[in-house]
Parts: sequence; structure tokens; C-alpha cells
Amino acid sequence: MAIEVRIPTILRTYTDGQKAVEGKGDTLADLLGDLDSRHPGLRGRLVTEDGGLHRFVNVYVNDEDVRFLGGLETALSDGDSVTVLPAVAGG
Amino acid sequence: MLSLPRSMVDAIVAHARRDHPDECCGVIAGHGGVATRMFEMENAERSPTGFTFDSAEWLKVYREIDDADEDLLVVYHSHTATEAYPSRTDIRWSVNTPGASWLLVSTRDPAYDEVRSFRIDDGEVTEEEIRVT
Repeated sequence: MAIEVRIPTILRTYTDGQKAVEGKGDTLADLLGDLDSRHPGLRGRLVTEDGGLHRFVNVYVNDEDVRFLGGLETALSDGDSVTVLPAVAGG
Repeated sequence: MLSLPRSMVDAIVAHARRDHPDECCGVIAGHGGVATRMFEMENAERSPTGFTFDSAEWLKVYREIDDADEDLLVVYHSHTATEAYPSRTDIRWSVNTPGASWLLVSTRDPAYDEVRSFRIDDGEVTEEEIRVT
């Protein structure tokens, strides 16, 4: 089961400069675990030590923000597309 | 130095005045350091003390910029009660937009538009001249 994951410029240090990588998993959490085996450190930039999604990033499944889906437990199917973007905020 | 057409500077100030007392936010795309177009963004926080790009809108804008082989030249937002200088929160978040200028507008004085631009590298804030063309 292949899922395409689009990686933003600031995280491409973890993917040898690749714009997109492929992974597998039944949930977003599984997918990130799978990716981390080939791209060590990537998961740590997306998931906090408490196991939640980091607020500094937006993760989308088929263009839907996973915060409005099931978060890291969002179910994935073959052919889904995941996009990671840095969040932009300030005060 | 940041070069921007007068029309964009005017549009950013107008956006800031319109959303006051909440903060406004947006981006300018560029190609080879030259500003090409601006996107007024929704402040998902609708707050007088902070801003967050609406996540769905940001995805759309990011794709448009990326598909056109443009870069994120400027992230702009307003401060509505304080000076146009990056806050600690701004400095913390700026790591997410490497290479982009952070342009701030202060709307605290209804009669004066304070517009300033900064480079923020590794927590260090450096003001840059804005050349209006």
C-alpha cells in the first residue's frame, strides 16, 4: 500500500532533498513510523513527545487538515496523498 | 533590502486598517527576489494579539506559489496596539519561513502607517530597508 507524502522545503533535509516520498500505514501514525525508518528524524519534527501533532506543522490527507479529521489516528488507504506544510503564525 | 511596488505596500496597509483591531496577515510571492503577487490571508485566530494562517487557504496558496516556481518572499502581518517590530512569538515562528522577510504594519496610530521589514535568522532580528518602487 503506497501513500505519497509531499515534504516542504524546510523538512527536505530528512528526505535527501526529495519533494515527495512514499510510505505505508493504516493510519497517519503508522505512516509516520514507517517513514521514520527510512528518514530518521522526520517523525520527530511532526509529532511531539506527548504523541500529539506538532503545532508548528500542518498535515493534510487528500487536502483535508488532519486536525479536522482524526489527527494522528486518521485512517489511510492506498492511493491517499499526504501533504506536510509548515504552519505560519505569530503574535 | 526589500523592493516592493507601491500598490502592494498600499494594499497591505489597507488590509491592516480594514481588519483592525484584529491582526491581518498575508504573503507576497517572488521570483528571483522580485515581488510578483500578494495573497491576503484569513487570520484563523481573528485576534488582536495573534495570527495563524487558515490551514486550508494556506495549502491552496502554497501550491499556487510552488507550482509557479515562485518563492515565499514576504510574510506580513499587523500589530494593532504595539510597534511594527517582531514579537517573541513572531521570532519563534519565523523558523518556519526561512529566507522570507517579515513585514509588519502597526495600526495603533490611526493617522500614521508604520511599515517595517525584518530578516529573522536564528532568533536574531535585523531590520531591512523597504524600497518602494
